[in-house]
Amino acid sequence: MIAMAGATAAAAMPPRDVMVAYEGVSKFFSIRVRPGQQQRGELMVALDRVSATVRKGELVTLLGPSGCGKTTLLRLTAGLIAADEGRITVGGAPVSGPRKDACMVFQNFGLLPWRTVIANVEFPLELDGVAAAERHDLARHFLDLVGLAGFTEHYPHELSGGMQQRVGIARALMRRPILIFMDEPFGALDAQTREQLQEDFLRIWSRTAATVVFVTHSIDEALILSDRIFVLATGPGRLRTIVDSPVAGERLAGDVRTHAEFAPCRAELRHMLRSEGT
Amino acid sequence: MNATPPPPRTSVPAPGLTAGQRARELLLSPNAIRLASVAVFMAVWEYFGRQMDPIFMAPPSAIFAAAIELVQSGALRKAVVESLWPFSVGMVLTIVIGILVGIAVAQWRIVEYVLDPFINALYAIPRIALVPLIILWAGLDFAGKVAILVSVAVFPIIVNTYSGIRDVRGSMLEIGRAYGATEAQIFFKIVLPAAIPFIMAGVRLSVGLAIIGIVVAEFFTAISGLGGMIVEYANVFATAKLFVPIIVIALVGVVLTELVMWLERRLSRWRQLERDRF
Repeated sequence: MIAMAGATAAAAMPPRDVMVAYEGVSKFFSIRVRPGQQQRGELMVALDRVSATVRKGELVTLLGPSGCGKTTLLRLTAGLIAADEGRITVGGAPVSGPRKDACMVFQNFGLLPWRTVIANVEFPLELDGVAAAERHDLARHFLDLVGLAGFTEHYPHELSGGMQQRVGIARALMRRPILIFMDEPFGALDAQTREQLQEDFLRIWSRTAATVVFVTHSIDEALILSDRIFVLATGPGRLRTIVDSPVAGERLAGDVRTHAEFAPCRAELRHMLRSEGT
Repeated sequence: MNATPPPPRTSVPAPGLTAGQRARELLLSPNAIRLASVAVFMAVWEYFGRQMDPIFMAPPSAIFAAAIELVQSGALRKAVVESLWPFSVGMVLTIVIGILVGIAVAQWRIVEYVLDPFINALYAIPRIALVPLIILWAGLDFAGKVAILVSVAVFPIIVNTYSGIRDVRGSMLEIGRAYGATEAQIFFKIVLPAAIPFIMAGVRLSVGLAIIGIVVAEFFTAISGLGGMIVEYANVFATAKLFVPIIVIALVGVVLTELVMWLERRLSRWRQLERDRF
């Protein structure tokens, strides 16, 4: 029922179709020093030899329980931290730091509270030195796209959580990125708002050519949004398997929860996340 | 079954106030009480002031007459200029030095380790104790007043700028890093705006200290300005005249503090509103 896409299939992919490639990527963290019982000279493995590829234009979710290293993998891909082993390439080039054409949507929205909505959205282009009028027009366009045309002069704290994250999405689109990173972007929202944002985000994403790497701990969210789901496991954090979403073809057409394959796939993923250490 | 229910109401009329309630509200309003309190105080002062030896106490009417006399003779104007000119220069220097030193200490560890023993030592010493030394170095005139004012008023700005910058959350810096901001952009577009509320609180504290500083400086030098005027009239028991510079200082203090608080509220509005949310 679930099609497993192994590493061999990924390796066979022609390079021009590859957006992100992970080749044996590991990340170690130093063990927190506890008086009397620390083990000197040992590092904790946060992420162990991850190898996979993300295709151009696809939406991949990194799914796993807390501590599985999914956010670490995202931060490595974004160039916010460096890998201790292995290599990550984005668009064929090794990741050495944040790229301007790869934009992040943050878990807690990451808006600057002293800036108005539109000034927050303009932020990336302001960094690039784009002329004020030009970035203003573009910001209006994207705010319109996320449904916040009437809130350009509001401050973030005047908006609900869902609206703040819409601002975060508009900001991420400003550079017309080839890659969008999303770090549990809807995790802090209530259930109704989350569903609405998932739906709206899919609609917006379908009109761009961007590849998306999306971190979540929600099986439903992974199934609703993804082309493929990277299932991660804990102890040590690692990529366990890659699952093709059986409902990916239908996700833009409406609620995929009612799809015949949704429930069985959901159950299988659930089982996979529960049975640790295999 | 039932008739159609009445349409839902979005608002209902508020109950009106009776004439008695309205009168009560007006009479017991905070400003009415404040006004009455001051009026009663002035009346009592006038009554007892007239009965006392004019060497010890002057009634408000005598102070008012003295004020008119000092305004007409130009003595008050001269003293105000002699005080406000070094005050303004000193205040500008205080703010500039305070913010620059605060930034340097917060941004560079080496500067922090070099300067913090001195900052802590000077913070611990009552700066008034240094006044005779400063007069020895800088003289009794303009430079002396400015030096005393800066030495008294600069510390809250240094300390608040430092805390404000150190308080900027890592998650906020990460917004800049993820979007590829340079170090300078992160400082000017994230760190500094985030620290503004702290810096403004420091400026507010500093203005109060600066007023004390200028008056103390003029007490010591005792030859010019409003502080000099106080000492001069006290020495000749001209009690009614003595109150005039005191009242002018009080008025200047109130106006300046209100001005800074207004500015602080304006610049820190986002922070207050953000706090109200939680």
